[in-house]
Amino acid sequence: MTARILAVLLAALLCGLLPLGVQPARAGGSLTFGYVTRDGDPWFAEQRLYTGLKLREHRPAVEGAKTALAESRVIGRAAGLTFGLVERQLPAQGDPAALARELAAAGAGIVLLDLPRTPLLALAQAMLAEGGLPINLRLRDDDLRGSACLPGLLHAIPSEAMLSDALAQQLARKGWRRVLVLAGDQPEDARVLGAVEGSLAKFGLTLAAVRPFLLGNDPRQRSERNVALMTADEDYDVVWLVDSIGEFGRYVPYDTFLPRPVVGSEGLVAHAWHWTWERYGAPQLNQRFRKIAGRAMADEDYAAWVAVKALIEAAVRTGSTDPGTLAAYVTSDAVNLDTYKGAIGSFRPWDGQLRQPILLATHDAVIARAPLDGFLHQTNTLDTLGADRPETRCKAAH
Amino acid sequence: MRQLRGGVLAAVLAAVLAAAPLAGAAAASGLILVTNEGDNSLTVLQPDGTKVESIPTCARPRGIRFSADRAQFFVACGDDNQIGIYDTATRKLVRRIRGVEEPETFALHPDGRHLYVSNEEDAAASVYDIETGELVAEFETGEEPEGVLATPDGRYVFVTSEAANMVHVIDVAAQKVKADLLVDTRPRRFALSRDGRQLWVTCELAGIADIIDVETLKLIGDVTFLPPGFRKDQVTPVDLLITRDGTTAYVALGRANHVAVVDVATRKVRQYVLVGSRPWGLALSGDEKTLYVANGLSDDLSIVDTDSLKVRRSVPVGRTPYGILIDDR
Repeated sequence: MTARILAVLLAALLCGLLPLGVQPARAGGSLTFGYVTRDGDPWFAEQRLYTGLKLREHRPAVEGAKTALAESRVIGRAAGLTFGLVERQLPAQGDPAALARELAAAGAGIVLLDLPRTPLLALAQAMLAEGGLPINLRLRDDDLRGSACLPGLLHAIPSEAMLSDALAQQLARKGWRRVLVLAGDQPEDARVLGAVEGSLAKFGLTLAAVRPFLLGNDPRQRSERNVALMTADEDYDVVWLVDSIGEFGRYVPYDTFLPRPVVGSEGLVAHAWHWTWERYGAPQLNQRFRKIAGRAMADEDYAAWVAVKALIEAAVRTGSTDPGTLAAYVTSDAVNLDTYKGAIGSFRPWDGQLRQPILLATHDAVIARAPLDGFLHQTNTLDTLGADRPETRCKAAH
Repeated sequence: MRQLRGGVLAAVLAAVLAAAPLAGAAAASGLILVTNEGDNSLTVLQPDGTKVESIPTCARPRGIRFSADRAQFFVACGDDNQIGIYDTATRKLVRRIRGVEEPETFALHPDGRHLYVSNEEDAAASVYDIETGELVAEFETGEEPEGVLATPDGRYVFVTSEAANMVHVIDVAAQKVKADLLVDTRPRRFALSRDGRQLWVTCELAGIADIIDVETLKLIGDVTFLPPGFRKDQVTPVDLLITRDGTTAYVALGRANHVAVVDVATRKVRQYVLVGSRPWGLALSGDEKTLYVANGLSDDLSIVDTDSLKVRRSVPVGRTPYGILIDDR
């Protein structure tokens, strides 16, 4: 049957019915995306325990970009646009400025950054100097959207505050108002804890206590290791776990002194994306991604996917491939980006953050999608999540 | 218990069979058929909503349509890649077209022989010969093709691509995609105006219906919806119908839980009718006095009186009802 279709197509080609190659329908052009990782980035190292168990596994998010490009073939054909992807690795001691020039020379005006903080900021700055558009796929740090923001840098991954605001909305809706926080001692834990405290205050929840936990077996530090002890002597509706390593946290659910749910790093977790999400076209996206990557779509993969979709949408609607024009479009009200989460996404002009719904999920089900019903906003309910315009600490407007 | 239930079912069936004329395919039973994508079944109801039976189907049944002579109907099953062909009078599965990649919706070409199917996972619209079950053509579309409409003159078949925000125009005679039209976000379903000149397409995430001029294949306008008390982002239109006299359109507004009643000439909403949760599928009775609405997230069917625009009754069906077919003409 396929042979028959091929024969028909061939005949059509020979008769001149179909154009040979890509014939731009409009002015068109080509839009090339860059994707950058860093050599030896510990983010991609497997966090393997002595039992061989992997607690955390990060894979290059480029698969998300590839999925978005694969599904944009026909729209490119219709709009007379061709799309490309250039993958580069920054050497451990490499010069970001040199890489920025190399990317610009390769025509990659829009670059997806899957990098740790220091090289990300250095490369983003160098790219902005070249007239490029850098997009953060990984860092959730609130200060990068606030006091330490870099004007021109876009964030496709939700900020820490967006994630904790989403969870706080769920707690408020359920009436789980007294929150016991168990927090680790890693720098990342301190950052997340800041966001959690901010969200509790924002949604009128009560912080019953913050209790630090430690890893280890030292019996003299029993009160900082034993889950039942740590969750006793306090009245609370829910335990909010802040554990970036994950080794302590996985033993907390079902071992609390009071029978209470666990949220945060375990139990109910806030995500940009989840492999069980089944509304708004998500099953199709999950299956397309799995076909390309051979694994489930993670938050960073989604960030890469949605960033590429946003910029392609911008190129199609504006008829331009200039990074400045595209950046202006995706931060405007005109953008109509399908996030596959049931709401239109766009980048906030005040801090470059992609506004998007947040999924609250257990290991095998999405329980809720924030913003939850009843959390209202004067212009866009998505702005109930994360830093809103009046409270932004990002000085320079985008 | 099981025996008892079987007995009741048999009695109901006997009653229905006695009530319905048994003159063969030509006589319509008047029954309402609803595909339930959540529990792989068809719910069969009397026009007033009284349940007749539930029929197990292939996996994830969605689109449902009659054959040209209405003696058979087709059900697209997305999860096991087939289209089931049922006998309308007996509601028994008579044949399957297999190997159809994740079919969602489809349209029968006016030639009565060619079924144009959107293949959700495959970014293609495929054409099957319903006599032989053979795949006869395939057209590349954007990702997630969904709504399919064949013009009554047989000239064009339109296919939406939800993910690419496009409407693809298949020129049937030339057997090629004549145009890819860029429309608003997440285009879903079509309706054609009475004179065949205007093609309405719902854009789910944009919350509007775009109107395409069929002659020039250009966008010429849109219809916007906003029921009182809802925000724009809650308005997610999917299915739509235009009445035979061409004056009125009904549009299911998804998360806004209403059906919009639109004056076609002025493109303004006349009224919003509150129905169940996330209405998608719509069907009108033959006399157009009754509108049936499948509410995907409340697992029920709203039965709306089109004169008073009041919901006469809401009746439970299966899980996640999707499409509706009425055997009354």
